[in-house]
Amino acid sequence: MTGPHLAVAAGHRGLTGLLFVVLVLITLGITVWASRNSRTANDFYAGGREFSAAQNGLAIAGDYMSAASFLGIAGLIALFGYDGFLYSIGFLVAWLVVLMLVAELVRNCGRFTMADVVAFRMSRKPVRTAAGAATIVVSIFYLIAQMVGAGTLVALLLGDTGGSAQTWTIVGVGALMVVYVTFGGMKGTTWIQIVKAVLLLGGAILMTLLVLWRFHFDLDELLHTAAHTSGHGQQFLEPGLKYGKNLTSRLDFISLAIALVLGTAGLPHILVRFYTVPTARAARHSVMWAIGLIGTFYLLTIVLGFGAAAVLGSDRIRKSNAAGNTALPLLAEELGGGPDTFGGVVLLAVIAAVAFATILAVVAGLTLASSASFAHDLYTNVIRKEATDEKSELRAARLSAIVIGGIAIGLSLSAQKLNVAFLVALAFAVAASANLPTLLYTLFWRRFNTNGTVWAIYGGLGSALVLVLFSPVVSGGTTPLVTGVDFHWFPLENPGIVSIPIGFLCGWIGTLRSDEEADAAKYAEMEVRSLTGAGAY
Amino acid sequence: MTTSSYRPTPTLGVPFGDPEPDPRAEIYLRVQASPEFQEIRRRYRDFVFPMSLAFLAWYLLYVFASTFARHFMAHRILGAFNVALAFGLLQFASTFLITWAYARNARAKRDRAALNLRWETQEMFR
Repeated sequence: MTGPHLAVAAGHRGLTGLLFVVLVLITLGITVWASRNSRTANDFYAGGREFSAAQNGLAIAGDYMSAASFLGIAGLIALFGYDGFLYSIGFLVAWLVVLMLVAELVRNCGRFTMADVVAFRMSRKPVRTAAGAATIVVSIFYLIAQMVGAGTLVALLLGDTGGSAQTWTIVGVGALMVVYVTFGGMKGTTWIQIVKAVLLLGGAILMTLLVLWRFHFDLDELLHTAAHTSGHGQQFLEPGLKYGKNLTSRLDFISLAIALVLGTAGLPHILVRFYTVPTARAARHSVMWAIGLIGTFYLLTIVLGFGAAAVLGSDRIRKSNAAGNTALPLLAEELGGGPDTFGGVVLLAVIAAVAFATILAVVAGLTLASSASFAHDLYTNVIRKEATDEKSELRAARLSAIVIGGIAIGLSLSAQKLNVAFLVALAFAVAASANLPTLLYTLFWRRFNTNGTVWAIYGGLGSALVLVLFSPVVSGGTTPLVTGVDFHWFPLENPGIVSIPIGFLCGWIGTLRSDEEADAAKYAEMEVRSLTGAGAY
Repeated sequence: MTTSSYRPTPTLGVPFGDPEPDPRAEIYLRVQASPEFQEIRRRYRDFVFPMSLAFLAWYLLYVFASTFARHFMAHRILGAFNVALAFGLLQFASTFLITWAYARNARAKRDRAALNLRWETQEMFR
């Protein structure tokens, strides 16, 4: 019996590996093409500003929907039912903040990075330094979570438990993202994200149809079966299984939900996407595309998550991976006909390849945003005080992509045995506590000044980091980063509920405590530019 | 003395190093104060500020209901379908609806005026 079984398993690994190689070749092809068409800083940072709204909408969706969304949320729904669905909604509603308060105005005021907007009417050096630091911190956290997740995922999909597959995946993914960014710049990254978004939505639609087919397109039957097979009964379809254990876990979820809904609009790798379109109207339309695509995707995820619970049952999902991350690959195998069938092998390989494409596109976007910020904000405007030309700035951007890639690989390798899933939530919390207050005050509050900006960024960033350092995530929790000591005093794993108000408060107090008068002419320029586009790049 | 090393001596009465008034700054201040711009800004803010507060309140209501009003959320409507699922799906619906309403408002109330003002402002820079 073991003979043919192993042969099929090897066949699945072979097919999955083949599809991975095909994906790598496609993305490298895109990179080569893009590098031939990228000459100026405008090309490298902003993709020449000539993408259409639909293309940018797809790229935004591709940038935003990480493997954590694709596999993680479906897995959460499969294991915890309704609470997984509850978690996903913050990621969608957040786009209304981006749409109404941020996208168009940022498109018109900035040039290449988030700090362009924040430093627009302030004293350049301290503000650029602060905004650049916040950008890089948020992007690196997000990046490490993605890379460690990628390592775990590929190891699981290839059936390797020794740990060498994980290490090599981290190194390989890191090397690929550096190549994409240094050679392809924003053009290459955008096209990789577009391809990924199409693959991801295609994969999700295919799987959803197969799930619905199995339940005769009867959603009530799907829900009933999921509730029954999960072992929780009707409770599976009600809130509480994950976030309702006690008062602390409820407050923790509320804190997370607030950070998700406010953090998206402060994610630097999302903000830079608005510079790739020619006008503010195109930026608006790209967010509308993104909302449509992301909303559809999460609706499909609900079906997939409940489908996995109904078809597989919790025990099988938990046995493969305790966090549920392999629920979708398992479901694909089952829907294709089972572990030992041709259909099962093919569908599993396809879904694994989609997950791999997802990882590649997200890490490329993050590397681009952080290296752009390093080169444009810190190197050109702070270190060289604008005394540099486009050529050396571009060289600095490419070099910093290599350096940031190296740092990310190093940190991910040393963190690969740790539970780093919290880093994504932390990135959102920092974005909501430091970046969002600064952006909103800059755009809408006339009196906001340099001191207020610096206070808001460091206050929001610092409070989020300090609270997490003294939270159960780092010590004293169920899977803490450090074991053996317990120095936590902050009860929640998610700092947002405290650090976001601190960020807003710091911006306000910092502004009032300074004698610096806001520059009325600069504010006039920002307002007119943001709402009409007069003078925009 | 070559011409390249020539520097004008500062005229008396004008403090040395004081920047010339920036003509762009004056234009932006003038445009900002114009009734056309004030109208565009009012139309933008009148829509987005209340709408942002409304959707954030609506989302928080959902989050609080899901964590603290679980009996209410568990109430079944039809078959396995309960209030919690309906409330969650309504969040999707409201997000799509607000997106549509925002785009419609922008197109109908300020896009044309903003574009006109953009060309007018850029004319002034010439």
